[in-house]
Amino acid sequence: MAIASFAESGADLQLTGITKRFPGFTAIEELDLTIPAGSFFALLGPSGCGKTTTLRLVAGLEEPTAGQILIGGKDVTSTKPFQRPVNTVFQSYALFPHMTILENVAFGLRRRKLGDPVGKAHEALKLVELDHLASRRPAQLSGGQQQRVALARAIVNRPALLLLDEPLGALDLKLRRQMQLELKTIQTEVGLTFLHVTHDQEEAMTMADTVAVMNKGKIEQMGAPEELYELPRTAFVANFLGQSNLFTGEVVASGPDHIAVDVAGVPIVVPRTRAQRHAGEIAIGVRPEKVSLLTSAPLPESGRNVLGPGRVTDVSFSGVSTQYLVDVPGVGELVVFAQNMVFGPVVQVGASVWISWNADHGFGLDDDPGVVPRFVPDASTESIAIQRRIALEEELEQA
Amino acid sequence: MAFTAFASQATVEQAPRKRSWIALVLLLPGIAYLVLFFLAPLISLIITSFQQPVLDGDIGEYTAGFQWQNYTDALGEYWPLVLRSFGFALIATVLALAVSYPIAYFIGVKARRFPLLQSLMLTLVIAPFFISFLLRTLAWKQIMSDEGPIVQFLKTIAILPSDGHLTGTAFSVIFGLTYNFIPFMTLPLYATLERLDTRYLEAGADLYASPFTVFRKVTVPLSMPGIISGTLLTFIPAAGDYINASRDFLGSSSTAMVGNAIEANFLVLQNYPIAAALSIVLMAVILIIVGLYVRRAGTEDLV
Amino acid sequence: MKFGKGLGLGIYTVLALLFLLIPIAYTFVFSFNDAGKLNIAWQGFTFDKWLTVCSTAGLCEAFGNSILVGLVSTVLATALGTLIAIALVRYRFRARSSISLLLFLPMATPEVVLGAGLAAQFLTLGTEKGLLTIILAHTMFCISFVVVTVKARVASLDPALEEAGRDLYGSPGQVFWRITFPLLMPGIAAAALLSFALSFDDFIITNFNSGSVDTFPKFIYIAAARGIPAQVNVIASAVFLLAIVLVIVVQVSRAARAKRLARQLG
Repeated sequence: MAIASFAESGADLQLTGITKRFPGFTAIEELDLTIPAGSFFALLGPSGCGKTTTLRLVAGLEEPTAGQILIGGKDVTSTKPFQRPVNTVFQSYALFPHMTILENVAFGLRRRKLGDPVGKAHEALKLVELDHLASRRPAQLSGGQQQRVALARAIVNRPALLLLDEPLGALDLKLRRQMQLELKTIQTEVGLTFLHVTHDQEEAMTMADTVAVMNKGKIEQMGAPEELYELPRTAFVANFLGQSNLFTGEVVASGPDHIAVDVAGVPIVVPRTRAQRHAGEIAIGVRPEKVSLLTSAPLPESGRNVLGPGRVTDVSFSGVSTQYLVDVPGVGELVVFAQNMVFGPVVQVGASVWISWNADHGFGLDDDPGVVPRFVPDASTESIAIQRRIALEEELEQA
Repeated sequence: MAFTAFASQATVEQAPRKRSWIALVLLLPGIAYLVLFFLAPLISLIITSFQQPVLDGDIGEYTAGFQWQNYTDALGEYWPLVLRSFGFALIATVLALAVSYPIAYFIGVKARRFPLLQSLMLTLVIAPFFISFLLRTLAWKQIMSDEGPIVQFLKTIAILPSDGHLTGTAFSVIFGLTYNFIPFMTLPLYATLERLDTRYLEAGADLYASPFTVFRKVTVPLSMPGIISGTLLTFIPAAGDYINASRDFLGSSSTAMVGNAIEANFLVLQNYPIAAALSIVLMAVILIIVGLYVRRAGTEDLV
Repeated sequence: MKFGKGLGLGIYTVLALLFLLIPIAYTFVFSFNDAGKLNIAWQGFTFDKWLTVCSTAGLCEAFGNSILVGLVSTVLATALGTLIAIALVRYRFRARSSISLLLFLPMATPEVVLGAGLAAQFLTLGTEKGLLTIILAHTMFCISFVVVTVKARVASLDPALEEAGRDLYGSPGQVFWRITFPLLMPGIAAAALLSFALSFDDFIITNFNSGSVDTFPKFIYIAAARGIPAQVNVIASAVFLLAIVLVIVVQVSRAARAKRLARQLG
């Protein structure tokens, strides 16, 4: 098979104490990260969180202000991009418009003066099923085809580490899903280490073995996708990956298996192992799909948390499920996702309801409860705006 | 295209935060060249404008001095030419704008759906560049000559008196200036109008604006960069031109502009200080006018 | 109604474009005039002038000088201007706005001032005026136009392309010659053509700095006082036809390429 002749196992990537400051702002602060060889690793975060900068540092397109980058145990911090065993699939693909597809793919091989660049380029194009277009120019290809050429151009070099900078961002939804599958298949087949940067949580979770959620230049939490989703450690992760209902309160009881937190006078139970803090005022939460909606007050039952009564303030139907907003006095607005097992919504706006969930499904966060933010959905555009303004101010200063 | 030179096209800056010694290497030869052959000559010109004649020296012999009198002499003798230069240039600029805007609008907006027609028409706009400026002007001189068909016709319908001329008049000089600079006006106008999003015009019409109001409130403001660039590209060379106003071309001694005086003093009379003083005056007035524009556009966008 | 409005504008545009062509047509027609020294009144058709172009004393020499000056100053100005354009877009440095101003000023200065200034400098330095001084002068006023033209091209170049080159093991030199330079080529070519056109047609600055050397425009200026020989019209018409054919060929081939591309992407 074509693939077998390429395959070469990837190498570990190790970042220690990486800091990157640009004039006026710090993009990355004291970042430590190890990506084991052969894994598919995703860096997930909103725009401006430092994920693309991290990628560019690994590629050698930026120099870190402090810290070390090791690839396969070798320090590459001060080497130039063309000296690193790393290749990138750029967000805009960056295919050379004045060269044919074949010459694009053979470019890296020719620079390294490797034998048979044309044959290897054809092989790589076969892998992405585009060999029949080898003599075309990039402008004559569709977006999805260009994306695959960019991938072939990178993997043909058998890099120890393949960097993917939001490579699917420009594709439409259907093509994106298809490419996600293909990328995943290729990674498994060639066994390279993939470092994938994206702001699309679904993309990160479906493709990566390990996801690191980045925020403001720091890694908030790292782990397998299920683990991140089911047991978020910070409010940022709880709300960037899906949605969460978060509460704060004092720990009022502490047993060997569970702790209880006082939320507006009601003790809410959380498993001890799923809570990051066990004393004082803490933040806890539960995913909206874990919560059920009841139209009458339930009987107290051990192992279930109950809040209510509250009033339904909004009902929005989205096909598979319905999202309810419930205002519980003293607690605030809670989100409930209910599967549409029957036709249409179960309750209407204004109805009085109770909400309940299995105590084992709750989680306790590591944040200081005083600063637990309710997630601001447009945080990313705001951070872009702030960055733009900083850049502008800096430019004015220099002028 | 270079004719958008004066247009304010804000390009997105591309992370220009790299080692600046490379920038220095790239900039040094060209900038040094401009310092040597543009900036230094301007300074020579200023020095020359204050020179005084050598006592008992030959014609054209001057020595360093600080003779303000050169300026008062130059302006005293040539102020009508200076005024005429700016007057002619202003009229020619306004006329060129009036003639060019519809051309640029048609090519840039109406002809958009027909790329071949568009490029053919653009080629015709720049066609005059491919033939010598001097020959174009001479051709008009022949066409407008006393024996030519135009003068004969105007005399027949008694617009022109039987002893009237077209060449050698203010009319022919302004006509020549306008004609010669129409491409300089049309191209930057075209460059901005070609990018004009017609949905803005539709939005204007949708919001109860009459076609004229849409033009005044939407089209004109959006094409302002082209208007600024075109008027400067016309006005500056027109004010300094001396071909059209020259006796051998479309002018006569009564239409002489400041350029003619500079040429005559420098190359014929060898009265360098007066020529230099007039040049400095011309340059200063133009810089003030350009400065007012630059205030609006910003230098960064000019080059 | 809308069509009618467009039609009126269209008719105006066609008439205006024809108006622009009048002196060109005149020059072309009078290149076939069977006139003696004075090419003013129509004397009858002849093809002779096209065959005896160089019989007019000094004309072909002046034309040759114009070509030489145009080529040399184009090469110089294009090289210097391209480097500046790359620096302006890609690098950040302190003197940026002063440099922008220095590049802008030559375009905002009337030619008569540029010409007189250089002449004053050559006078002070005692430099002999001739081909060299003309070339120095033309290079100077072409640089800014080159910068403007090439800068637009550099700005539209995706920096990721060069980064991809570096990422794919290209050394800085290889990245420049294999990626940056070929991609800038259309802009550089346009700048070179513009420089040549500006230099070839320049009279005012040349007049101040040429001494006894003639260029084609200067030959016309001197001849204008005593009558232009029809051979001048021949040269001008030939240059015009050559340039216009070149432009049309470029445009048609570009249109054909765009059409082919559209069909393939279909």
